[in-house]
Amino acid sequence: MDFTDLYQEIILDHYRRPRGAANLSHIPESKVHENPACGDSIKVEVTRGPEGVLKKVRFDAKGCAISIASASLMSGLLAGKSLTEVRRSARRFIEIMRGEGNPEFLDRWGELACLKGIIRYPVRVKCATLAWHALLDALPEEEDPQERTEA
Amino acid sequence: MVGRIPLSAIREEFPILSVRVHGDGPIGTVESSTGKPLVYLDNAATTQKPRHVLEAVYRYYKKYNANVHRAIHALGEQATAQYESSRLEVRDFLRAVTEREIVFTRGTTEAINLVVFSWGRKNLREGDEILLTEMEHHSNLVPWQILAQEKGLELRFIPIREDGSLDTDALPRLIGERTKLLAVTQMSNVLGTINDVRSIVSLAHQRGVPVLVDAAQGVPHLPVDVRDLGCDFLAFSGHKIFAPMGIGVLYAREALLEEMPPFQGGGEMIRAVWYDRAIWNELPHKFEAGTPNVGGAVGLAAALRYLRGLGMENVRRYEDLLTRYTLRRLGELRQVVVYGNAARRGSLISFNLGDLHPHDVAQYLDAEGIAVRAGHHCAQPLHRKLGLSATVRASLSFYNSEEEVDRLVEALQGAEEFFSRGLH
Repeated sequence: MDFTDLYQEIILDHYRRPRGAANLSHIPESKVHENPACGDSIKVEVTRGPEGVLKKVRFDAKGCAISIASASLMSGLLAGKSLTEVRRSARRFIEIMRGEGNPEFLDRWGELACLKGIIRYPVRVKCATLAWHALLDALPEEEDPQERTEA
Repeated sequence: MVGRIPLSAIREEFPILSVRVHGDGPIGTVESSTGKPLVYLDNAATTQKPRHVLEAVYRYYKKYNANVHRAIHALGEQATAQYESSRLEVRDFLRAVTEREIVFTRGTTEAINLVVFSWGRKNLREGDEILLTEMEHHSNLVPWQILAQEKGLELRFIPIREDGSLDTDALPRLIGERTKLLAVTQMSNVLGTINDVRSIVSLAHQRGVPVLVDAAQGVPHLPVDVRDLGCDFLAFSGHKIFAPMGIGVLYAREALLEEMPPFQGGGEMIRAVWYDRAIWNELPHKFEAGTPNVGGAVGLAAALRYLRGLGMENVRRYEDLLTRYTLRRLGELRQVVVYGNAARRGSLISFNLGDLHPHDVAQYLDAEGIAVRAGHHCAQPLHRKLGLSATVRASLSFYNSEEEVDRLVEALQGAEEFFSRGLH
C-alpha cells in the first residue's frame, strides 16, 4: 500500500483548508474530546435548524492531517440532515472505521470515501473518529427510542 | 567503530536490522525483498536484540527450562543456577555490593511501584513530601500520585531550565524538613538531558534524603556504577537494554531492603506459611513473589555480558558522536525545532517539523522505512509545560549509522514538501 493511498489528495486539501473550522473558545474545556495517544483535541458545536434538522457543524481542533480532514468532511456532509440521521451516520462511520462495518458504505458518502484507507492502520483510526465522537457528544439528548420507532 | 569493532560487525549481531518493511503485501509487511530497508530510530521505546541474547533465551528454553528454587531435579537445578547467575551478572554490571541488592521485576515501572508501595507505604506519613522533577516519565510520577492520594503526601518538582537541563540551583531550597525522598530520571526520555545524579544524590544525602534513580534511559547508554552514584534505589528495564521484554531490575541498598515489607505476596517470597501468617524469605527473594521470568533474566544477563564486551565507555563515545552528527544534520533543516539542548545529553532527540503534526511526520517516515516515535512519550506534564501536545522523537543506539541519520534527514525534507504542497 502506498503512502498516498492513506494521505489522499482530498484529505490533504481538507487538512490545509478545513471546512467548518472555527474559534470555539466559548465552549468550556470540559467539553474537549482528546486522543490521549497524541494529545490531539477537538471541540464540536452544532447549530440546530427548524424541525430537528442540523443546520451547521463547526469545530475547533488541534490535530494531525487525518483528524482535521475527518472533522472537515464531517462538517460538510452532515449539515442539513435530520438529527436522527446525523446520529445514525456518526455511529455507522465509527463502526466502519473500527472495522465493524462494511467499508463500501463510505462510497455513498461522497468524499468521505477517502478515509477508507485508514481502516488498515489501526493506530490512526482514533484520529479519524475523534471528531465524530465529539459530535455525538455535542448533539442534544436522543429522543425516546420508543418515539423513534413509531416515527 | 564502537571501540575496536566496526559498525558492520555490530549490525550483523542484530538480525532485525537487515529486514525490509512495507514491501508487497499487507500493511506492516516485513522481510519482503521489495520493501524499504529498516532504519530503526525508536530505541528509547525499546531496543533490538543481539544474537547473544536471542541464542541465550533459545538455549535456556531448549535445554534448561524448569521452575526455579523448588524443583528437586536436574532441570530445576540448572534453571535456578542460571537465574541466580544472571543476578550476579546484573550485580557486576551495576557494581552493586551484593546480589542481595538485585531484585528482578517486570521492568522499570514495576521496580518503581515496588519502592512506592513497599518503602513508601511504610515510611511516609501525611504531610510528607516527595521531590520529583518536571521531566519524569509517567512511571516515576503516577505511582507517587497514587500514594500521595492514599497518604496525603505532597509532590514537589525540581524545575527545568530553558535548555532542558535540571535547575539544580533550586535544589537546596526544595529539599525541606518534610522531604522524605527524591526521585529523578538519569536521562530524560523527551529532552535527552543527562542529569548529574551523583551531585543530586550527594546534596540529598547531606539532608538525609534517600534518592531513587529511574535509569530506564540511562543504563543502556552510560556506564553506571551505583556505588559511585551513591543512590539508594535504581530501576531499569531489560527491553531497553537489548534484552527481552518483561524483565527489569530494582537495585536497592541492602539495609533499605531489609527494612522494607514485601510488595506482593505469593510463592517464592515466603520462608514459612501458616493459615494466618507467614515469615518472609531472605533478600532478594522477599520481593520476588510468584514464578519469575527466568528466560528474561537469562536474556538480560546475555545482553549485559555483550555490553561489557563492547565497553559502555565505547558505547557512550560512539553515541555521543552520532548524536552530534544528527543534531548538526537536523540543524540544516530550517523547519526543524529541537526540544532540549542541555550540555550533557544522550542519544535521543525530540523535535517538530514546522507546523506538521508528529503523527503525520512519523507516518511519512514509516513509509520510508524509518521507525521513530510520535506522541508525548509518556511525559504529558512535560509536554504541557513546553506548550506542546506531541513531538517526534528519534532515539539512536550504538548500532545506528550516519547513513541512517542521512536517510532520516532526507525523508524529513520529503515530508515537509509532501504536506505543504499547494500551500505556498
